[in-house]
Amino acid sequence: MSEQSLSEKSPVSEKIPVTVLTGYLGAGKTTLLNRILSEPHGKRYAVIVNEFGEIGIDNDLVVGVDEEVFEMNNGCICCTVRGDLVRILDGLMRRKGKFDAIIVETTGLADPAPVAQTFFIDENVGRKTKLDAVVTVADAKWLNERLKDAPEAKNQIAFADVILINKTDLVSPEELSDIEARIRGINPYAKLHKTERAKVPLDAVLGRNAFDLDRILDLEPDFLGGDDHDHHNHNHDHGHDHDHGHGGLKHYHDEEMQSIALRTDKPLDPDKFLPWVQDLVQKEGPNILRCKGILAFKDDDQRFVFQGVHMILDGDHQRPWKAGEKRDSRIVFIGRNLPGKMITDGFESCIAK
Amino acid sequence: MAASGSDTVSVVERTRPLTIGGGIVAAHFLGRTAAFILGEEAIVLAAPDGESRRIAAHGGAILATAADGARIVSGGDDGKLVATDANGETRVVASDPKHRWIDHVALGPDGAVAWSAGKTAYVQAKESNSQSNKQSNREPRAFEAPSTVGGLAFFPKGFRLAIAHYNGATLWFPNAAGAAPERLEWKGSHLGAAVSPDGRFLVTTMQEPMLHGWRLVDRQHMRMSGYAARVMSLSWSASGEWLATSGAAQLVLWPFQSKDGPMGKTPRLLTPSGHRIDVVACHPRTDVIAAGYNNGLVLLARIEDGAEILAKTPGDVPVTALAWSGDGRLLAWGTESGEAGIIDLG
Repeated sequence: MSEQSLSEKSPVSEKIPVTVLTGYLGAGKTTLLNRILSEPHGKRYAVIVNEFGEIGIDNDLVVGVDEEVFEMNNGCICCTVRGDLVRILDGLMRRKGKFDAIIVETTGLADPAPVAQTFFIDENVGRKTKLDAVVTVADAKWLNERLKDAPEAKNQIAFADVILINKTDLVSPEELSDIEARIRGINPYAKLHKTERAKVPLDAVLGRNAFDLDRILDLEPDFLGGDDHDHHNHNHDHGHDHDHGHGGLKHYHDEEMQSIALRTDKPLDPDKFLPWVQDLVQKEGPNILRCKGILAFKDDDQRFVFQGVHMILDGDHQRPWKAGEKRDSRIVFIGRNLPGKMITDGFESCIAK
Repeated sequence: MAASGSDTVSVVERTRPLTIGGGIVAAHFLGRTAAFILGEEAIVLAAPDGESRRIAAHGGAILATAADGARIVSGGDDGKLVATDANGETRVVASDPKHRWIDHVALGPDGAVAWSAGKTAYVQAKESNSQSNKQSNREPRAFEAPSTVGGLAFFPKGFRLAIAHYNGATLWFPNAAGAAPERLEWKGSHLGAAVSPDGRFLVTTMQEPMLHGWRLVDRQHMRMSGYAARVMSLSWSASGEWLATSGAAQLVLWPFQSKDGPMGKTPRLLTPSGHRIDVVACHPRTDVIAAGYNNGLVLLARIEDGAEILAKTPGDVPVTALAWSGDGRLLAWGTESGEAGIIDLG
């Protein structure tokens, strides 16, 4: 179901993991990067940066690039790659053995989607490297403002696998709780960490395998404080901004960016579901930032898993369902102005008769 | 299928195997000396008498090479453009002042060299002994492309360079002061360039698994698609009538005999296999093509009748380099993991 499957070419273990650091201007990306590079972990990192000179580490594997977002010549405007990454990753992989992982620091205004899509679209990149996770650093004091005036900041939150709420020392506990709820209103699935000076255990941001089809199954919202209330079959297509209490954490719905989570315990018909989801991302792809799913198909003893970025989908059978395992199908969409009712109805129409 | 057929002609037994000690990204011949380009730092020269020498050329990755039979020029992530000859003598031709990666290189007629770093393409004419124009010719000229340069190719005649980039290509006459470079438009990212031996066509490889071409006289477009993967390797046949390409599970040859080139024509398809061809190299004298597969197989195919000869049995790792000696008697191959061989076809 993918344009180019990431999985077939070489064993996943040999692929070099690539971590993408995003975050609006001044949020603390470079602080996090310097922390990653300077901690005594014994690992060697190649680093692709857009603003030279801020890295305090002497490293001949630091490469400065100009971000170049290239549209693919296939009539799909959201189908873009980062041309600079195609070039730089190919060059870096000629020196494989000199480093264990690659970190890409984007500019504060960058959209993470073309970075992620590069790994799906470019076979040469996908064969030798794998996207590990998109890590977004958010400024606890200013994110609220940026979510109002900077679409890039909202994209970065919505797209993230891991979010650091940084500079927590500059805000009150109430403000921190508020910003956390704002983030959750946009992206309830990312792993969330509250940090000062981007101080975070490195295994919280590196080696996440967030784009590994075998590991994308973390579809439960990552609410803090054990507040694991049920969101399934909850349509977030509200017409107005509102908030209400939820175990001490306010609950915001972002006017523009939402997530939709759907679940059913009835088996799906693959001949209905696969065309439906393809058609959905074709039509709504520009608005769907990411999607993921675990599917139980009728008369199929294998779990099917998929993920997508805008219009690009990648999916495969993952493993047999275990004895006694609940054969639920769960899918999640994160995107802008998603047509919730249409998606919910469409999903339900894929249930096998 | 040819590779497994019992009656397949084979030249495998004529192979002299070599251990190179590093992943190979390209191969060239300097006379009868084979040169294997490693992914980083070194070029291994294998002379006909069996002696191999490792030549230190760069301080990091070797990103691009070109050769004209007498010398190899290579661009590295150390920001250097280095020339290497058959004796293993190296010389730094140019250093990027900002240590930017030298991404692409090309050699032209009359010894001209071109290279690019980011968006900037440079050309330098052949070093001249004449005092009068020595200064002006030695100074490289620069062209600022609208985006990072994707590929470079000289025209076979005249001091003219094709530069592939995002949304098209530019034709540049470095010596024509005041003449605006000619822009050829086609949407998308163009990553490699090849000019037909008769100078009438420019073909680019694209980020998509397809080629784009222009008939230069009237800028007619040619779209050449149907590939499984991005086309990474292009080679013109000895006659100039065919363009051999990688990127599919068979050898795709586009016809360029007529004035229309491949417009409205289907390509000739040879050596069908279940595996993808990653590198192609046309014989310099006859219309025979060497094709290297991503499963390690190398086949020679004759265009005329599609006859196949086995040159290397499949293994585990992709073939990444193929090169013919200028007389067409030697074929060098190399793989991603550093296996290499020279086949003496006599």
